[in-house]
Amino acid sequence: MSARRLFLLGGIALILTGMFFGDIFAVFTLHQNAAQVGANLAAAAQAALAGNRQAVLANFQNVGAFLENRGTKVDTHVHMIDFGYLALMLAILQPWMAFTESVKKKLAWVFLTGAWLLPVGVYLIHYVGLAHSPLKTIGWASIAADFGGLIVLIVTFVCLLGLWRHFRGKLAGPPDTLLADRSTEGRMLFAGGIALVLLGFFHGAYYAATDLYMHEAQDYSLLAQMSTGAAAGAGAVLDEALSGYGQLQGAKAVNIAAHAHSIEFGLLAIMLAFFQSYVRLCTSWKCRWAAVLLIGSLLLPVCVLLEMRFGLVAGGLADVAGLLIIFALLAMWIGILRYTGESDASVRRTSGPGAPQ
Amino acid sequence: MSGSRRLLIIGGIALAIWGMGYGLWYAVFAEHQALDNIGGSLAGSFAAAADRNPAGMEASLEQFREAKYVYDRQVDVHGHWIGLAMLLIVLGIGFDRVNFSERLKVVLALGLLVGAVVFPLGVLLQTISHGPLPQAVAIAGSTFVIAALLGSAAGVVARDSSPGAG
Repeated sequence: MSARRLFLLGGIALILTGMFFGDIFAVFTLHQNAAQVGANLAAAAQAALAGNRQAVLANFQNVGAFLENRGTKVDTHVHMIDFGYLALMLAILQPWMAFTESVKKKLAWVFLTGAWLLPVGVYLIHYVGLAHSPLKTIGWASIAADFGGLIVLIVTFVCLLGLWRHFRGKLAGPPDTLLADRSTEGRMLFAGGIALVLLGFFHGAYYAATDLYMHEAQDYSLLAQMSTGAAAGAGAVLDEALSGYGQLQGAKAVNIAAHAHSIEFGLLAIMLAFFQSYVRLCTSWKCRWAAVLLIGSLLLPVCVLLEMRFGLVAGGLADVAGLLIIFALLAMWIGILRYTGESDASVRRTSGPGAPQ
Repeated sequence: MSGSRRLLIIGGIALAIWGMGYGLWYAVFAEHQALDNIGGSLAGSFAAAADRNPAGMEASLEQFREAKYVYDRQVDVHGHWIGLAMLLIVLGIGFDRVNFSERLKVVLALGLLVGAVVFPLGVLLQTISHGPLPQAVAIAGSTFVIAALLGSAAGVVARDSSPGAG
């Protein structure tokens, strides 16, 4: 298998796993975790109201543990998908890297090792903790994750050197059918992807201009209200602040998630546009899967944004949209595997040079 | 490969490496300490409230506010540098679909690259100064990115609508 297909299949596998993990996390962990954080924060505030310092600290320790659990799961999801994107980009850039095919393949394997090591290490941070660690604040899982990140960083840097060598040597650009492809499904994905990225940018700019600083100020003022209410023995003030704080965290989370997901899915659609000629499915099915991916990519951020108003209905629809994207991506991945199988079989039959890209 | 594509691809990969290097440095040397500071100061403010100690409560809350403000921005900077770098690379790969003159495409590519570097830099500068200048830098950077992306999208549409395209 060529380095390009290694990067491509490994990249899509990372994205699929990251998305599937994200969906499972959203359905089974995220809301329960948020409820636990809220309950422990409320308990800490009530303990402060009662003047019980020990209970305050114990509850905050719980909040810290729940937040760490949530944070590492989110980081696992995000890094897996982002490394998948990076792998797809490196796959596209392979013809311009001035290395031999065997060096490129080794780079691809090393990259994929690092790209899996980091998210798996991050996932384990919550469970491994500081057990047997030689350091005070960083455990073995963190060390493994950081090492994975370093590997990815080094391989990306080496790829940049390969590009630099290509451009410095003024080598002729190799003919690349992938980039010349102007199929209907490719154009759908490219145009839809740019529209999604722009949508995400506009939403991010709007959120930053209208709500971001206000939310930050509210975050602080509500926490101040909680602690002053507790110190003054005003239970009603405390309850109001706790309720407002929960709402505020929800509003912040949905806005950031909608912004990030719209741009990420846009990028994914643009990248997949280049690989449509590798997808061994009939044209009508390729168009259908491209449409499914774009519909899911639009529906998910919109439904996430509507979660504050329509609650679980919108949340459920967002999860369905996530599944649509996963199915479309899985279909394309299977199509690429079929292409890979056919190509490798034909190379073995002829046993000649000129392996396909 | 045209100059505009080269600018986007090389600039994008360099920015991705920079963003990842920044994230690695942050994860190893700063993040754990920042999270300890955030958690500790918030717990300290509530503990001070339990002790009926308003001065301690206020000091801890202020410490929490500053630590959270800096942490949020540092994580944002890491994410935005890498995210924008990926956008630059992907656009660079597909930049031959933008049906403008090479000169205009270089201007668009330069706008995207400058915006992608400057926007997160403005956010990072907010951790040093709370004044209006870093905010203005971030706004200018994001404006560059959005304007150049809109220009690129217009270029793609122009190609699609031209006779014989496709």
